[in-house]
Parts: sequence; C-alpha cells; structure tokens
Amino acid sequence: MNMIYMLIGFSILLALVFLLAFFWASKSGQNDDLFTPAIRMLFDDEPDIGKDELSDEDHKKA
Amino acid sequence: MKENLSLSIDTQCYHCGDDLPAAPYTSGDKHFCCLGCKGVYQILSHHNLSSYYAYNEIPGASQKKAAQHFDYLDDTKIAAELADYADENTTVITLFIPAIHCSSCIWLLENLYKINPAIVQSRTDFLKKQVSLTFKNQQISLRKTVELLTAVGYEPLISLQDVVKKQQSDHSERNLLTKIAVAGFCFGNVMLLSFPEYFGLSTFEKTFQHFFGWVNLVFAVPVLLYSARDYFISAWTNLKNGILNLDFPLALGIAVMFIRSAYEIITHTGAGFIDTLCSLVFFLLIGKWMQQRTYHYLSFERDYRSYFPVAVTLIKDGKEKPLPLNELKIGDRILIRSNEIIPADAILLKGEAELDFSFVTGESLAIKKVLGEVIYAGGRQIKGAIELEVVKPVSQSYLTKLWNNETFAARKDNIKTFSNTASKYFSIVLLVIAISAGLFWISTDINKAVASFTAVLIIACPCALALSSPFTLAAVLSIFDKNKFYLKNTAIIEELARIDTIVFDKTGTITNPEAKGFEFTGNLSQEEKQLVSDLARNSGHPLSRELVKWLNLSSLHPVDQYMEKVGRGLSGSVNGHEIKLGSAAFLGLTQQEKGSVVHILVDGKYCGYFLSAQLWRTGFRQLAVKLGHQADLHLLSGDQDHDQHILAPFFPKTNQLHFKQSPQNKLDYILKLQNSGAKVMMLGDGLNDAGALKQSNIGVAVTDNINNFSPGCDAILDGVSFEKIPQFIKQAKDAVRVIHMSFVISVLYNIAGLFFAVQGLLSPLMAAILMPLSTITIILFTSISARFYAAKNNLL
Repeated sequence: MNMIYMLIGFSILLALVFLLAFFWASKSGQNDDLFTPAIRMLFDDEPDIGKDELSDEDHKKA
Repeated sequence: MKENLSLSIDTQCYHCGDDLPAAPYTSGDKHFCCLGCKGVYQILSHHNLSSYYAYNEIPGASQKKAAQHFDYLDDTKIAAELADYADENTTVITLFIPAIHCSSCIWLLENLYKINPAIVQSRTDFLKKQVSLTFKNQQISLRKTVELLTAVGYEPLISLQDVVKKQQSDHSERNLLTKIAVAGFCFGNVMLLSFPEYFGLSTFEKTFQHFFGWVNLVFAVPVLLYSARDYFISAWTNLKNGILNLDFPLALGIAVMFIRSAYEIITHTGAGFIDTLCSLVFFLLIGKWMQQRTYHYLSFERDYRSYFPVAVTLIKDGKEKPLPLNELKIGDRILIRSNEIIPADAILLKGEAELDFSFVTGESLAIKKVLGEVIYAGGRQIKGAIELEVVKPVSQSYLTKLWNNETFAARKDNIKTFSNTASKYFSIVLLVIAISAGLFWISTDINKAVASFTAVLIIACPCALALSSPFTLAAVLSIFDKNKFYLKNTAIIEELARIDTIVFDKTGTITNPEAKGFEFTGNLSQEEKQLVSDLARNSGHPLSRELVKWLNLSSLHPVDQYMEKVGRGLSGSVNGHEIKLGSAAFLGLTQQEKGSVVHILVDGKYCGYFLSAQLWRTGFRQLAVKLGHQADLHLLSGDQDHDQHILAPFFPKTNQLHFKQSPQNKLDYILKLQNSGAKVMMLGDGLNDAGALKQSNIGVAVTDNINNFSPGCDAILDGVSFEKIPQFIKQAKDAVRVIHMSFVISVLYNIAGLFFAVQGLLSPLMAAILMPLSTITIILFTSISARFYAAKNNLL
C-alpha cells in the first residue's frame, strides 16, 4: 500500500504541470483576447491570386 | 441572389456601400462614391489584398470625412509617449481604431506588412478595437505608419487621455484568474484527499490519515496566503477606517478555519476544515470575477481630453510647428485647419471661422464667427484654415473647467449597496453569538468552549451572502447588455433601483439625430418633386441626402450643368428645367432663416421651402407617460425654447422645462435637485451634458453608435433601446428584491449550521456539505430568478 504515497505524489505533480501551464498562458496574454483568434483562424493563409480573379469574374458575370 | 448583388454593386459604392452620386468615381469596373473610397481600393488591389472585399460584402467605412493631419507624430516627445516600447530599431505601439467592425478589418490590418514590409507584425483585438503594431522605425516613421493606416481607411484615434495605455497596464483580471486557478487547483486536490475521511477509514487505512491531513494543510497555505489575500487586506483597511464590511467576517472565518485545522492536524485530534476553506475561497473568487466582468472595451472614463487632439500647430516667427497640447500657453498663436477641433478658448485673428459645435451642444448647425471674437474650445472648424490666439489654457477653458470641479473628486465611489449595509449588522450579530457560545461553555468545558466559538465563526462565514449580490447583479448586467444598455459596474444597478428623478437633455437624447423629417411650405407638383429629388441626389450634403430619403423617389432624369457651393446650395438643369436648391442667401432671397431650411427655385419661380424638423426617438411619448408615474421628469436643453409647446404635455409641471441652459447651468440644476434629496438619473449625449452626467447619481449617455465617443458616464444606452428605460428601472428594482430574498435563504442556512455549532457539535463533514450546498443554492436561485424577472419585464 505504500504505492499510494507515490501515486498521490505523481498525480499532484502532474496537476502542478497543468497549473504552471495555465500560469504561463495567462502571463503571455492568451486569456486577454478570447474573441479575435476565433475569427483569425478562418482566414486563408496566403491569398490565392487565381481565386481573386475568379471572384472578380463572378461580379462581372452577375 | 446574384442579381440582387449586381444591383447593389451598380448603385452602391464598392468600398463603403453608400449611394453612388450621378458621376461616380471608377476604377476598373468598380464604382465608388468618393475619391477616398477609390483610393483605398486602389492601394489594396495594387498590393494584391483584394480578398478584403471577398470576406465581407462592403467591408469599408465611408472615406468622405477628411483625414486629420499627423505632423505632430514627428515630434519625438509625443511619439515616445505613445509607444509601448521603442529601441533604435523597432517600435511597438497600440492604437485604437474605431472603424474596426468585421472580419475583413482584422484580415486587412493583420496583412499590413504586404503593403509596407517595414511593418513587422500587426495584431488586432477585435472587441477592444485596437491594433498592436510592431515596425522597424529606421524604415518607417510613426507618422508614416499612422498615415498608412489612414490611407487604407483605418484612421486611428489618438487622444491625450490614453485609454489604451490604461487598459494595457490593468492586469487585475489576469491576476484574479490566477488566484482562481490556484484556489481551484487546491480545492480539487483537497476534496480528493478528504473523501476517504468522509466515508470513514478502516484501522488499516488509518496510517494514511495523517499523511492526507498534512498534504491538505500544505494545499491550504497558498489558498490562505495568495488566493484569499485580498479579503484580509480589505478587512484590515476597512477595520482601520472603522467600517465593518462583508470582508471582515469572511477573513475572520478563513483565518479561524485555517488555525483550527492546523491545530487539529498537527495534534492528530481531527481532520480539520481544509476542504471547506478551499471551496469557500474558490466560490468567493468566482463571485468576485462575475462581478468584475465588465465590458472593458467600452470606456466610461472619457473626459474632454478624449475629444481633443494630442497636439496643435503653433505659429512662431512665421514657422509652423506641432506643439503638445499640455504645453500650450496663453498668447500662443495657433493654426487650426479644416476639420480640426479648437482646443482652448481663443480669439480669431485670421481666416473665415465656421464652427460645428455638435460635440459640445449636440446642435449640428454651423456657427459663424468674425475676426476678434472669442471662440470657445470644443468647436470643429469646417471652413478653411484659421489662426487664433489662445486666451485661456486648455484646462481652464469654458468647457474643460467643468471637469476640474472639485465636487467630482470625492463622490460616486461610495454607492450604498445592500450587502454593505447588511454585513455591518451581520458581523456584529455573528461576533455576539460566537462569544456568548464560548462563554456559555467556558465554565464546564474549556475545549468545548473553543470548539463552539470557532465553529460559529466557521459555519456563519457569509459565503452565500457574499455571493448573492455578485451573481444577481452579474446576471442583470448581462441581461442589460443584451438589451444594449451597458453599465460601468454592478453597483449602478442598485442605484438605479433608487432613482426617483429623471432629467433629460433634448437634442440628441430625446430627439433622434439620425432621422429627420421635413415640413414643406409652398407649392410643388409631383413632377417638380421629381426634379428636386434628381438634383439633390448628386450632393453629399447631409440635408440633400435627408431630402432625397424623405422624398423617396427613384432617380429618373440626368442632371446637366450641376454646380454645388458647399454649405450654400445646388443648381443644375434637370429635364430642361433650371432648378436651384439651398439657403435663402444662395437663391438671392431676403428671407430670415430659422432652423435648417432648403428653399426651392424652379425656372426662376419660388416654389417654397423644406423645413427640417427633428423627430422624437421612437416610443418617447409612451416612455414619458410611463416614467411620469414613477419618477419626476425634468428637461434641460441648451437650445432655444421653440419646442416648448410640443414638449410641455410630456412634463406635467411646466417649471421643470428649462431651455438655453449652459453646461454649468445643467450641473447646478442637478446639484440643486440632489440637495433637495432627489436621486437623479440624467440622460444626455453631448459634451455639454458631461458635467451634469458626472454630477447625477446615474449619468446615462445616450448614443446611436456605442463606439463613438460618449462623455464620461455610468452607463451607455444605445438609442434603439431608449424606450426600454422603464423596464430597466423595473428590472433593477426586481434585482434588489432577489438580493433580499437570497439574503433570507443564506441566513436560514446559517441558522441551521449555528444550531449545531453553538453546541460544539459541528463536524467537518457537516461543514463540508453545508457550505457548498448553501453556495450552490444561492447561485442557482439568484441566476434563475434574475432571468425570471427579466422575462417578466420583456428584457429577454
């Protein structure tokens, strides 16, 4: 049953790692703006030139 | 769908969506309403950033307003003050850009490096409408960066009172979250280690008991010293000032809990109350976080400095040079260009002054000034450049000295909240019970005396009571927010419930600045109306636009020989008829003008005039009737009294209608009402109400665009929710009732716990159950009942 001491120790250590990860995230400002990243991730990486022309074509056709 | 799209593109500006004038600006196959919009489009398409128009249809903002001059950004002192960080290579600056409104804005602002590679990085914070820019200052100056932003249609608003800076240095929410994280972490672990104790331990498992106890005690230390620190500090400072607030019994309970638990664990006499301690602090901090969660992207603290520019152009020895506003002295000669604001009271020396005082008075009619006349600060020059001599420093001007009124210094921080009043009595009763329980047992059993004394302090720790206000008020705050009524903090809700006097400003507050109606006097056939509409369609002047909107006719005839004299009138030949629109002077009439009038001349024949009339906000009539039942209504207007007969029926007592009020008059009037014992709510909009808004118990700024600047106030109300004011007041009163009810519930829990505590029979298990149970009851009760009342008041 002495195993319990070790298990509890490890579980607390693991939990501490997550707590420290939260501290780091908070300190680096990741919790300051929770809105913009949700929009930002929807942008295409590099605007595709061909696609742009296509959308212009669309306007012309319409 | 596609046809609709093409239709809208043909008649609307591709960039901003405004109606196209008769001769639109074109670039490729795109049409634009003005040179500004076209310019932005050309920059973007040239740098291959046309996706801006793909993410959203019509993402741009109108570029008709002339941009400011940014020469002052070349001044190293000003530049250094604005920057977040600067070394010899890179500069980091955060700018507030009111035009940010859609995903295209974010996309474009974060792709600025494609236009100028010297901009290393740009990050947008959408809710705060801020952009953080990192650029190489050797290759691009701050001024060039700001001008680039302006060129793509995102002019930053740079002001003296740097709201941006203040928000950045404010890490209180971050710190609170960290405290919650620590408390939550310890709470979870302690609960896990306490469970075996709750279910009882066999003799074999007893060996773990002390180990678990010690680990628990270790977890309690950061909760006590870090997470709960603010309660001890607050209780101590208040106690020093002779105030018993709710933090006192909380701090006492936490301290006693820790000491008794430590004693029990160290002496192996019991399991202690560590689990209760951790859950208590965790829930308390969550309540605090709920209460603090305000809409920080709205600023309620703006004063005149937000309206004024950072610098003015000083003329010295015939040379122009930017000067920071706070260095402006009496006798300085300054240059005000078109569209700039006059920052201090000054005498007109040169040029033609025509000033728009709508910032100050809410009245948009321009005022002309002649040479040698004193011009008050706050006006915006709409004609060409003028030269002035400063007669009063910025802080002593007619308008700005309202803010330096010392009456504001002390007030407002001490709104009497229910929990503050209740906690005073609560603390005293609690101490009396604890001491008498201890004294009762002291003669028979010293251990029991200590046990009962500490147990009373632990069990009666007003956790549920401390949570009832934050949770109720936070729920109401979010309900108000959904209805576009934004409060500065939760204490305003309790103050709102006490309001018995309501003071309105007129222009822009009870009238709708957007919608205008016209009254036509004279003779005009349908055919002639069509001609007038066709001509007016070509003009960008607000009155012409309103007139076109009001006439509601589609365009039919093209216009020849179109001519517009800005601010005077239009003329042109439509379908063979000679049409002239505009002011009396423009048409060569000898009439006196009253208000905004558009006269009409068809083929040299006078046909009459359109008089622009203001419209009341929707629902003002019903609102006045409803509010009249529960509160005293007053009106303070800076205008002439020509509307008195229309407004009189809304205000039962005629002596409560006041016209031609200066900002100082308004402030004094509020003060007079307060001295007679009234709780005053003031609704205003312009800078001229700012003093009164600040003085009143609740100052509400009414605005049609919440991102516009509104004067310093306690709450911002969107114009569309104007008619809901009676519901808001009702909801605030209901919220106070919910707080009272939850207070009763938490006291009942306390009495149940006290019943065991005074007998010295309180077990840790009982405390561990009772405390979270009462807390959760309160959270559920307050949140649900606040929403129930909101539904009843039609606010959900």
